[in-house]
Amino acid sequence: MASITLDHLAHAYRPDPRGPQDYQLKEINHVWRQGGAYALLGPSGCGKTTLLNIISGLVTPTTGRILFDGRDVTHLPTEARNIAQVFQFPVVYDTMTVRENLAFPLKNRHVPRADIVRRVEEIASRLDLSAVLDRKAQNLTADAKQKISLGRGLVRADVAAILFDEPLTVIDPHLKWQLRSSLKELHRALDLTMIYVTHDQTEALTFADTVVVMHDGSVVQTGSPEELFLRPAHTFVGHFIGSPGMNVLPAEVRGRTAYIEGIAIALPCAYPALPAGARIELGVRPEFAQLARAGSGLPVKVRRIDDLGRTRIARIEIAGHAAAATVPEGLSIEGDAAGLKLDPAQIHIYADGALVAGEGGV
Amino acid sequence: MNQSSRASTFIMVLYLIFLLLPIYWLVNMSLKTNFEINTTVSLWPRDLTFEHYIKIFTDASWYTGYINSLTYVVLNTIISISLALPAAYAFSRYTFVGDKHLFFWLLSNRMAPPAVFALPFFNLYSAIGLFDTPWAVALAHCLFNVPLAVWILEGFMSGVPREIDETAAIDGYSFPRFFVKIFMPLIASGIGVAAFFCFMFSWVELLLARTLTATNAKPIAVTMTRTVSAAGMDWGLLAAAGVLTIIPGALVIWFVRNYIAKGFALGRV
Amino acid sequence: MEKPINNRAWLLVAPVFLIVAFSAILPIMTVVNYSVQDTFGNNQFFWNGLGWFQELLDPSTELGGRFFAALWRNLAFSAIILAIEVPLGILVALSMPREGWKVAATLVVMALPLLIPWNVVGTIWQVFARADIGLLGYGLNWLGIDYNYTGDTLSAWITIVVMDVWHWTSLVALLCYAGLKSIPDAYYQAARIDGASRWAIFTTIQLPKMKRVLLIAVLLRFMDSFMIYTEPFVLTGGGPGNATTFLSIDLVKLALGQFDLGKAAAMSLVYNLIVLAVCWVFYTVMTNTGSERADRGEPA
Repeated sequence: MASITLDHLAHAYRPDPRGPQDYQLKEINHVWRQGGAYALLGPSGCGKTTLLNIISGLVTPTTGRILFDGRDVTHLPTEARNIAQVFQFPVVYDTMTVRENLAFPLKNRHVPRADIVRRVEEIASRLDLSAVLDRKAQNLTADAKQKISLGRGLVRADVAAILFDEPLTVIDPHLKWQLRSSLKELHRALDLTMIYVTHDQTEALTFADTVVVMHDGSVVQTGSPEELFLRPAHTFVGHFIGSPGMNVLPAEVRGRTAYIEGIAIALPCAYPALPAGARIELGVRPEFAQLARAGSGLPVKVRRIDDLGRTRIARIEIAGHAAAATVPEGLSIEGDAAGLKLDPAQIHIYADGALVAGEGGV
Repeated sequence: MNQSSRASTFIMVLYLIFLLLPIYWLVNMSLKTNFEINTTVSLWPRDLTFEHYIKIFTDASWYTGYINSLTYVVLNTIISISLALPAAYAFSRYTFVGDKHLFFWLLSNRMAPPAVFALPFFNLYSAIGLFDTPWAVALAHCLFNVPLAVWILEGFMSGVPREIDETAAIDGYSFPRFFVKIFMPLIASGIGVAAFFCFMFSWVELLLARTLTATNAKPIAVTMTRTVSAAGMDWGLLAAAGVLTIIPGALVIWFVRNYIAKGFALGRV
Repeated sequence: MEKPINNRAWLLVAPVFLIVAFSAILPIMTVVNYSVQDTFGNNQFFWNGLGWFQELLDPSTELGGRFFAALWRNLAFSAIILAIEVPLGILVALSMPREGWKVAATLVVMALPLLIPWNVVGTIWQVFARADIGLLGYGLNWLGIDYNYTGDTLSAWITIVVMDVWHWTSLVALLCYAGLKSIPDAYYQAARIDGASRWAIFTTIQLPKMKRVLLIAVLLRFMDSFMIYTEPFVLTGGGPGNATTFLSIDLVKLALGQFDLGKAAAMSLVYNLIVLAVCWVFYTVMTNTGSERADRGEPA
């Protein structure tokens, strides 16, 4: 049981990193609370697996420290860290039975026999593996194998955190949901820190209390799923989370008004501190942009309307820039001219991609 | 460097020395005069000489041996690969009557002792008039190289998804054109690996090559066994000829070094 | 995914079938023909039924005694070299460098003995091991060890075994190395997290994953050592006495040396049958290893 602190952590695979471009992982400061359910979300190659491997001790970071409950473990090997990890592809010891697989980490640590038997039975029943305990692990399905990998982590009483590296990649879609909810249940029952790496936003948002979004080697936002949705701290988060992602349009801001190619949009607050020369963008999620009849709101051009079942999403053009908007129920548009109404409270201004806080809001 | 990787390095260095020491000795001997070989045991040539190599390159009875060997090895490799390609395709893509038995029977020939075949081959190739030609040896070596090539190629072909065949058929490729233009480039490394092993096993075999040749197609390996014991042992010449037979193999290994592990990775040799 | 049934595939297999049949079946028929006949020379043959086979399989006759002696010698040889080459090959494969130019260099040196013509392997060891001119032979005698492979049976056997280890261990090692390379990193990482010792990693991960390639290595090494001819022929010529006369050497002596066609043919057939039987056992075991995942029903 531990909280995990990343202190000025950075990593480069090259032995002699020269500039920031050589770092796969740029400086990170972060605390994983004891008992938290975290998701580490980002596209492939953003450094999330590297970060995971640093926490588990498979990779030693180039600079910075990693602390478990304040104890520096940066240079401790994996086996001394009380970490469990579930990999993308199921890892089971082929020649052993499920029971032997689960007992393996305890046997290696010379735990008394009676304790091993008790722990294995307990974890197996938690994971629904009791029925197959004496089968060879090799012959089981992928989801059962992933449960075994997880079980090998859970049997250890001293485990500080469980790391998941895209564990549902090879699982059948209908079992994914089931396995994810049993994970949540385990999390609640066992009070363990869990860190779950994925590139799938649905997996991240349904599993985690706190989502850490990574992009290009750095953490761009940490927050609850709701925060990520309502206040994306970076245009990347806006794009990456939500479907379709946030509309990001180049804008000019003067006082409480933003201009997109000359079209004025009222803002809820003023942005006097915008850095000079920065790329200024206006972001608004399609959920807060509603299509209206031509003549009301901002003038837009409708390209097509996608019916997603519960909602309809319009693909539109504002002054030549592509965007998406929700189509209210009952509205039908003829021709391609329409209007657009934005929820002023949900409009965000970004400078060079980063969210800028406004002043004097309502 | 931790303890276990130091032990690994130690084992590896020891093993490589064990492999290289006899070869070093052969090279060493090939550069000595026969007088030196017979009178002293020295770790390097005191009286460095290239006379043995000069003799091999100037005496037709020696260098034709190399040409003969390379001729039947190359012939055999070409025959084996070109016959094995369609057969391997059939095994990797279709089920047909007797396929499993046929596959086992083919493989069992890879395991058959050449000594069993020496005499009947002698009769057979004499009867059809191919005795003492490179063709006789090239065809005889097909006995074990064709099954081997089929086995290796089948492994590589099974790794190519069958959708590719179907896509090509839909795109209007005829089977031969698909096979040559699309399929063969996809398994190019497999063809390389198979060719490597065909070359290897044809190059190293002596029993059949010796039995099926007399004078005109005599391979270098046989030249070595026959001329050397004539007037006492010409150790220097023997060693030089030996060194020269290692070189083609070493060259081939150098060119395919990145594929060796891959070829073995199929678990098929 | 099931392969479609298509008997026209035989057309693709036909050329291979024909050439291997030409090289295998025709000669075997000749052998069968010889094996049931006797000759007094002059190409005059007469029917001898199973006479040669009875003589061959009866250890009390001259032919039978000779055959069984060679067979036991050959089996002992195969057993010894397997007992050395398999563990040594695994050890070498485990000791392979991880990455960089060292891997390529090591692979090239390791593959080198495999590409040397077999008679040259014999020659190399001849000049290396001779007591008068060879580094090994001279060195051992200089150390006070009485070693002479042309005169002493034990020396001859040791030399032939060491030569075979030199020649073929790399094949086992390369196969094992390929098997090891195919193990995903995640297995090693999981084992480290589970606190497995080096030995536990070997027995629980590496050895099971190498099972298939090891089977192939054992098969190839058994077969090739069972038909070994050229290397001992060059090195010792089967001597001293008959101490290193293996089956193939004996067979060639019988067939091409003495032109004792009937006896040689009978011996060929029995020899070939042993090889086929062993081959079939391995093939069955190997095919089962491949499919056992599917049908191994474990008791609950």
